[in-house]
Amino acid sequence: MTGRLVLATALAGVLVVPLVAPAYHVLLMLPFMAYGVALLGLNLLFGYTGLVSFGHALFLGIGAYTGAFLTHRFGVRSLEVIVVTAAVLGALVAAPVAALCVRYVKIYFGMLTLAFGMVFYTFVLKFYRLTGGDEGTPYLRPSLLGFALDGIPKTDYLTGPYYYYSLAVLILASAVMWRVVHSPFGLCLKTIRDNPAKAETLGIGVRRYRWYAFMISAVYASVGGALLGAPIGNVDPTLAYWTHSGNIVFMTLLGGFASFFGPILGAFVFIYLEDFLKSLAPSSWRLIFGALLAAIVIFAPGGLMGLFRRARPLEASRA
Amino acid sequence: MTPHLVNVVMSGIFHASILFLVAAGLQVVFGVQKIFNLACGSFYALGAYVGVSAVQAYVSAGGPPALFMLPLVLAGLLVGVVGVVVERALLRFVYERDETFQLLLTFALVLMLEDLIRLTWGTSPLSTGGLYLVYGQVRILGAAVPVYNLIVIAASLVIAAGIGALLTRTAFGRIIRAAADNREMAAALGVDMRWLYAKVFTLGTALGTIGGALVIPATAAMSEMGIELIVEAFAVVVIGGLGSMRGALVGALVVGLLRAVAISVYPELEMLLIYLIVIAVLVLRPRGLFGTAATAA
Repeated sequence: MTGRLVLATALAGVLVVPLVAPAYHVLLMLPFMAYGVALLGLNLLFGYTGLVSFGHALFLGIGAYTGAFLTHRFGVRSLEVIVVTAAVLGALVAAPVAALCVRYVKIYFGMLTLAFGMVFYTFVLKFYRLTGGDEGTPYLRPSLLGFALDGIPKTDYLTGPYYYYSLAVLILASAVMWRVVHSPFGLCLKTIRDNPAKAETLGIGVRRYRWYAFMISAVYASVGGALLGAPIGNVDPTLAYWTHSGNIVFMTLLGGFASFFGPILGAFVFIYLEDFLKSLAPSSWRLIFGALLAAIVIFAPGGLMGLFRRARPLEASRA
Repeated sequence: MTPHLVNVVMSGIFHASILFLVAAGLQVVFGVQKIFNLACGSFYALGAYVGVSAVQAYVSAGGPPALFMLPLVLAGLLVGVVGVVVERALLRFVYERDETFQLLLTFALVLMLEDLIRLTWGTSPLSTGGLYLVYGQVRILGAAVPVYNLIVIAASLVIAAGIGALLTRTAFGRIIRAAADNREMAAALGVDMRWLYAKVFTLGTALGTIGGALVIPATAAMSEMGIELIVEAFAVVVIGGLGSMRGALVGALVVGLLRAVAISVYPELEMLLIYLIVIAVLVLRPRGLFGTAATAA
């Protein structure tokens, strides 16, 4: 019951942010919502299936570059088309990648995903005629629901229509993911996480289910990437670098991978903390972040959500 | 054509000998502690910066330029003691945890060390100036090769032989191999695992820092050098096989030479080619060329 209350309060808060908060803070909410979508997907793999990808920035990159290419090269400005195309392209790339990766678990799974992420990164970095290399590709302002919205100032566009659009995508993505993890399918994934051998004997096709989970998470990350790129206005290869993959795993762990909303909370805290620390200590924010990550890993593997509900048996201690 | 080919091959082998040192550090730690240390690249960067500072201090103190390798190597080795600090202060808490958490802890180290280096040495590249060519160049088949490169290649081979001897011929080496094979059994037979872990991690760290120190006369120390090198060292250990020293040597040669060839023939392919090979190895032979670890689910 308290959970619902907290959720309703959070949702109400997010809805009124553009009306009450300064534009600066509203703009920070945009990457938060984009990461939120991507992390819902990442956590289906991490928290629910027990596979940690160190290459998911690959799919953020695919989503963002899809938006950049469609708006800049092909003159397609509709965000609906961009999001759907990003999801389809993400799935197309993920299909073979996932098929290869799910043959392994643990560290080997992580290494293989990292290697695929780096292939994509070097591709977009080196083939500059196609991708603009390290300068990136512009991501022009997308139209929303058929409205061009080119006339209004950028900040008004981002803090108004684009904000609520992102929020709607995040809510929709959460609702779908909620159904997924609470379905028999989600239960199968958790069984696979906790005891793959037993899952196999129960007749669950372990690899096939891991592949499904990977596909869903890749689609989510691609959609998140498409949302992430537009406010920046330019998409460059650092988006797909391995440290970015590490950062999104960090966000998930920060919020708590053992809980449904943990990763979203993690993204929120990460974005604001990063912004705060960057202005407070421009040359040592990574140091503080690193120390924070180390502290979480050592003392609070359940993340912030884990701290909030110490009373319950900690799912995180399964490690 | 021949001098050009010699240049490519020699620069490939030079790069391979540096890569080997870092990868060997990664391997020894993974072999015993089963931790994939993402921070090995950061240790390499740390070694490079400390090496630059040591050489600069040495030069301004009026030391003869020909002996600059002495402070360089000494500094590279000494800074390896950060390994024992990291192991005792952080890693020892997570040995019982899932390897994901161990991986993330080393990622935290990457973040921290990157800023520590920036805070200490600033953001602009540092180099040791003209000392690179103080030993002159030799002509091999018409190509001019800096003698320093040959020294580093030789040093790397000596270190490789030294590690080989350490692992196979000393009691400490036997303990390392026993612990890598079966840590419960080793502990039951009376090996103090805490000390072993501290020593092994320090050894792994020192290999990384000495690699960084040795590379520095040939290039400049930059704050991104660590996170860039880790992806190459990663390729080396995957190709060679996780935990295998011979694998590190062969993997380093493969990556070093391929990189050199790709840069001279078709630069766009540089890392892409290496990563395609990494994927091919992981898919076709996940244990790598020399690895033994079981990998399947």
